[in-house]
Amino acid sequence: MTGSIVRPYGDTTGDGMVQLSFTLPVPHDKRAEGAALQLARKMGLEPALLVHAKAMGPDFTFFVVYGSVTHLVDLDEVQVIEREYPLLSAKDANTAIRKLLRRKLVVVGACIGTDAHTVGIDAILNIKGFAGEKGLEYYREIKVVNLGAQVLVPDLVARARAEKADAVLVSQVVTQKDAHIHNTTQMSAAFREAYPAGQVPILVVGGPRFEEGSAATLGVDRIFGRGTTPGEVASYLVHEIATRKGRS
Amino acid sequence: MTSPARLELDPEVVRKARALARRAAAPVVSIAKRHTTVSVERATLRLAGLSGADHERVPWVNHLVTAVREQVGLEHGVTTPVYDALLRGEAADLATLAQMASSGNVSFRLPTGREEKAAQRAATRGVSLGLKRIDAARRTRERLVNRLGDPRQKPWIYLIVATGDIYEDIPQAQAAAREGADVIAVIRSTGQSLLDYVPEGATREGFAGTYATQENFRLMRAALDDVSKELGRYVRLTNYASGLCMPEIATLAGMERLDMMLNDSMYGILFRDINPIRTFVDQRFSRQIHARAGIIINTGEDNYLTTADAVEAAHTVTVSQLLNERFAKEAGLEDWQLGLGHAFEINPDVPDSFRLELAHAMLARQLFPKAPLKWMPPTKHMTGDVFRGYLLDGFFNLVGAMTGQGILLVGMMTEAVVTPFLSDRDLALQNVRYVMNAASGLTEDFHPPRDGFIQTRARQVLGEAVDLLERIVHDSDPAGDPPLLAAIADGTFGLMKRPATAGKGLDGVVERAPGYHNPAIAELDAWAPDRAQRHTAAAAKGARR
Repeated sequence: MTGSIVRPYGDTTGDGMVQLSFTLPVPHDKRAEGAALQLARKMGLEPALLVHAKAMGPDFTFFVVYGSVTHLVDLDEVQVIEREYPLLSAKDANTAIRKLLRRKLVVVGACIGTDAHTVGIDAILNIKGFAGEKGLEYYREIKVVNLGAQVLVPDLVARARAEKADAVLVSQVVTQKDAHIHNTTQMSAAFREAYPAGQVPILVVGGPRFEEGSAATLGVDRIFGRGTTPGEVASYLVHEIATRKGRS
Repeated sequence: MTSPARLELDPEVVRKARALARRAAAPVVSIAKRHTTVSVERATLRLAGLSGADHERVPWVNHLVTAVREQVGLEHGVTTPVYDALLRGEAADLATLAQMASSGNVSFRLPTGREEKAAQRAATRGVSLGLKRIDAARRTRERLVNRLGDPRQKPWIYLIVATGDIYEDIPQAQAAAREGADVIAVIRSTGQSLLDYVPEGATREGFAGTYATQENFRLMRAALDDVSKELGRYVRLTNYASGLCMPEIATLAGMERLDMMLNDSMYGILFRDINPIRTFVDQRFSRQIHARAGIIINTGEDNYLTTADAVEAAHTVTVSQLLNERFAKEAGLEDWQLGLGHAFEINPDVPDSFRLELAHAMLARQLFPKAPLKWMPPTKHMTGDVFRGYLLDGFFNLVGAMTGQGILLVGMMTEAVVTPFLSDRDLALQNVRYVMNAASGLTEDFHPPRDGFIQTRARQVLGEAVDLLERIVHDSDPAGDPPLLAAIADGTFGLMKRPATAGKGLDGVVERAPGYHNPAIAELDAWAPDRAQRHTAAAAKGARR
């Protein structure tokens, strides 16, 4: 294998092997199995091996397919947003905040809209933290105000103003019909209305369903996805505050 | 349900735990008896037969309660001024009265003397129709269970549907029943717990769930009756009596013959920031209705473990179960109606996590031997690795099988990824069936040694639970609130601080006046489960036959 072209790895370099499971809305018979193989071929599995087919009720069949994909992956063409700031330890983040602000950094967090699932915001804010990292409450130089679930946007704005928040963290875990997008744009618009230009707190949203790179469209400064740790969020906030300080 | 004693718990400690729970609950029950809420009053009107909504979908019960509250207040109960208005000929019936009241065309008054008595008698007659309807639904359930039978195995298999559209939910629920589900839960739209009204009619738009409405209840129950007949076993239906409309939803569920309701004593306070007094008042009414309706409640202890560490917080589950049991018994629920919750949420990377889970599950089983415990699957440590998640669910099922749980909520390997695919549900049920088939007999063989890891851990958790209950009953705050409310206010539970003077729905709480009259509460307070027990006993005899 030379350079930037790779294929999936089953048990031999370059074999291209993948596994796949899916359901077709057809009764289980020979035709159904043929249909599954046809789908696999159209997905680029050649040859495809149908290893399991099982009827699920009278109208559906479940399949497991193994096969070699014909597609190649060109690593040079892969585009990702790399973290543009250094990852700081809690200690370094505290020191940086002290130096930058000479006071505590105030973070207000909430789940907005109808979402009642605080797992995301709690993982970032609660001392307990996430993935072995302590949450922002653990940082000596960060004051955390966690408003919990189903917070109304006007309440969030009012509380952010009352607390003189430097940053507002909003979590959207469970969403349907793009509710997370509507809620976020509504939130960012409310902040822009309530604050003079250039003084809006750092607006951060987190959740598994946000698209990386859509921050500008949503009117927020940063999006965090699945698996984000408190340390990443703290490091980002320090970085963003430093950038804003440099600007003014 | 019988379950052989396997843990050697000190009966003195168990007695003490229950005594402390009783002591913590008593002053809160007395607060509940001294207040009413807008939702309790609306539920009372629903029992009297008022239903429907205006063209903006605001229910008539909301209009009528608001109008009465504005004119004469609710501290005497809504029904006395309402039935007085009917007796005075302001309108021919409740629906007309509500419509007129919504446009400000009725003047209410607080009748006195003979007129007050007449209004209260009329209200009692009106409300008794709703209670009779609930009694009839209970008898119908008993008849159907008698004829069709209960699930052949324990635990009962509990599956969730959640499409947002009742007409999509119905075929999914029927398919789930055909695949082996004994209990179908229709998840509610996420916003509903904070709505201060019950939506009306069949609904097709919900967020991550379907609205609980009377019509949705009726449609789903009818669909499950059909599939119950087809399958030859009674398939149960579950919904949620939580949030701001607990009393009304409980009432609608009782009338439409739902079989189980999620109903936790403190969940709304801690996790939804609903005012504590509102919650306890609403909860007592809803549980009295559940008791009368023969509905099994499911409590929400799993939530403590998803927000805190499942090992460190294990005793908070026990404390919550004891409080839930106490509040439930006070409201007239019987042991067989207590689906006390607990969950498999210990981090799988913790050494001996499975042994710890077994210890906790056995402790719950032994503390509440006659309750159909509800065993909840892993969610917090489901990572998106569906293969590992499937294994975790297998171990969860094994604990359920080995410890004789009553209701098993089927875990999905797609937890935290997507709403389950058809195939995910099928695979999850295969997982359950395999484990039940292979290992449910283990309840007979599995007796952990007295001083082994499991028994020691169970006793430790019980000890910690007693310590926490001690702290709760000795808690206090400057306002002189009952200790349990003080404990809720200072963050004893799940680190969430919920003072009795804050939270959603507080403006719907009203202190009762000395002349408060609510015919539903009067009848529910006087009702004893004995009368219903006759039916249940008859049903049980029939089932044995």
